[in-house]
Amino acid sequence: MAALTREDTEALIAEVLEVYPEKAKKDRAKHLMINDKTLESSKKCITSNRKSLPGVMTMRGCAYAGSKGVVWGPIKDIISISHGPIGCGQYARAGRRNYYVGTTGVDAFCEMNFTSDFQEKDIVFGGDKKLTKLIEEIEQLFPLNKGISVQSECPIGLIGDDIEAVSKKAAAALNKPVVPVRCEGFRGVSQSLGHHIANDSVRDYILSNRDGQAFETTPYDVAILGDYNIGGDAWASRILLEEMGLRVIAQWSGDGTLAEMENTPKAKLNLLHCYRSMNYISRHMEEKYGIPWLEYNFFGPTKIAESLRKIASFFDDKIKAGAEAVIAKYTPMMNEVIAKYRPRLEGKKVMLYVGGLRPRHVVGAYEDLGMEVVGTGYEFAHNDDYDRTIKDMGDATLIYDDVTGYEFEEFVKACKPDLIGSGIKEKYVFHKMGVPFRQLHSWDYSGPYHGVDGFAIFAKDMDLTLNNPCWTKLTPPWAKKDQAAEKQAA
Amino acid sequence: MANIMIRQNAAGGLVFYLPKRDLEADIQSIEFDTPEKWGGELKLENGGSYYVDPIPKPARLPISVRAKRLGAAED
Repeated sequence: MAALTREDTEALIAEVLEVYPEKAKKDRAKHLMINDKTLESSKKCITSNRKSLPGVMTMRGCAYAGSKGVVWGPIKDIISISHGPIGCGQYARAGRRNYYVGTTGVDAFCEMNFTSDFQEKDIVFGGDKKLTKLIEEIEQLFPLNKGISVQSECPIGLIGDDIEAVSKKAAAALNKPVVPVRCEGFRGVSQSLGHHIANDSVRDYILSNRDGQAFETTPYDVAILGDYNIGGDAWASRILLEEMGLRVIAQWSGDGTLAEMENTPKAKLNLLHCYRSMNYISRHMEEKYGIPWLEYNFFGPTKIAESLRKIASFFDDKIKAGAEAVIAKYTPMMNEVIAKYRPRLEGKKVMLYVGGLRPRHVVGAYEDLGMEVVGTGYEFAHNDDYDRTIKDMGDATLIYDDVTGYEFEEFVKACKPDLIGSGIKEKYVFHKMGVPFRQLHSWDYSGPYHGVDGFAIFAKDMDLTLNNPCWTKLTPPWAKKDQAAEKQAA
Repeated sequence: MANIMIRQNAAGGLVFYLPKRDLEADIQSIEFDTPEKWGGELKLENGGSYYVDPIPKPARLPISVRAKRLGAAED
């Protein structure tokens, strides 16, 4: 079936919105658009970064998720304390599969849950004393930590605890950075504000710690920003950059360390993968240290080649030649992957609904495999993300912001995609509807998907999901009776 | 009054960025653009306009400045 036309899509949106009350309908209509590649700005077509409607099923997270889960969590030698009741920390623990090298509990701490486990008495009398004690205990039990961050959960802001004062005292006593992060879950409309708060706290407490200190630089120093090493993504990206002759001095923040972050101002170029969660710090470094930043995309051979050339254009001929050599070296490998999987995936339709960068970045990888993305959307994007999405998506495709559970199901029923890429909350709904599904937040426990190595895994995973024989077994035998009877009669 | 950041894009033009609202827009015209006096009214491609107190031209961009909103873009 061909993709929907513009008129069909308009009719679909109108039909889906029909069930809402008048006010809700008006509000939701602003969050849905039909792509038009000629547009320069998304502003007139889509509203984003607004509070979700009460009563609908939203898939968003909170500011704490954006700060602790995304930005601070993956830094391996910093202990991030989930300050507040135990649930936030425990249910967010190690779920994002940010890989790292290190011995957990000795010199790396990402997979552990440190929490102050607030009880009623802490709410009534304040938790500052408990936090002080907790920091002392951490120092005693895990002396190899390089710093501590205090990630506040909702009650901290509500009862007005002074975590800044506690952190300041502790930092002086320990002679290590102790960073208070005011990322209470109720701040903002989604995890997006959490990213911003986390970026600001990195800027205020970490970034300039080593200013003026000696650092052996080369003209080819770059930093990878906004790569959280999910399933090893950052490693798959890093080897490409190193192979073309660059020196990666920092990874933010997957498999990253405090020292790397403090040394980032010495980089010559900041490479930004997830624009949404790290553009703030990139802009700050551009202003304060004069480091240019560049968005790149390491999903799929077309975008990898494009990005490598774009990165190389910031450097001299040696790097440019290096980039070409890397592209030449890996093109046959990529072509092999495409030759193997493209015939099995050609013409299949995909719908995406993810966060951050993936709704636009993976489009290229799907296209390399001959697949078509018929709908995409972000949980928590802002308008600048949609500006960037318009160019990557085909004309007349569906774009949805903060889509509700109901809308997403209806869109899927109408567009009949062959594959859906979204998160765990959507996964089993669509499995039960009989639609192949991949989690694109955590790569469905697979990965890496970035880079050359990642693309091979990506293609294999998509094939395994889409062409899995289980999708033909969804009709139970008793429902198939008619066919069997017909066969017998014939 | 809002904190804004003015930076240069790859093509050499000026770009306006309002962090609080994640608003990024090309600057179409800047009222004063001489070494001694730089700033004034900024007209954006999205229809909005902002006023920045004139300062000597900054040695390098980007720069963060305070700006007053004169006319809002439609929203």
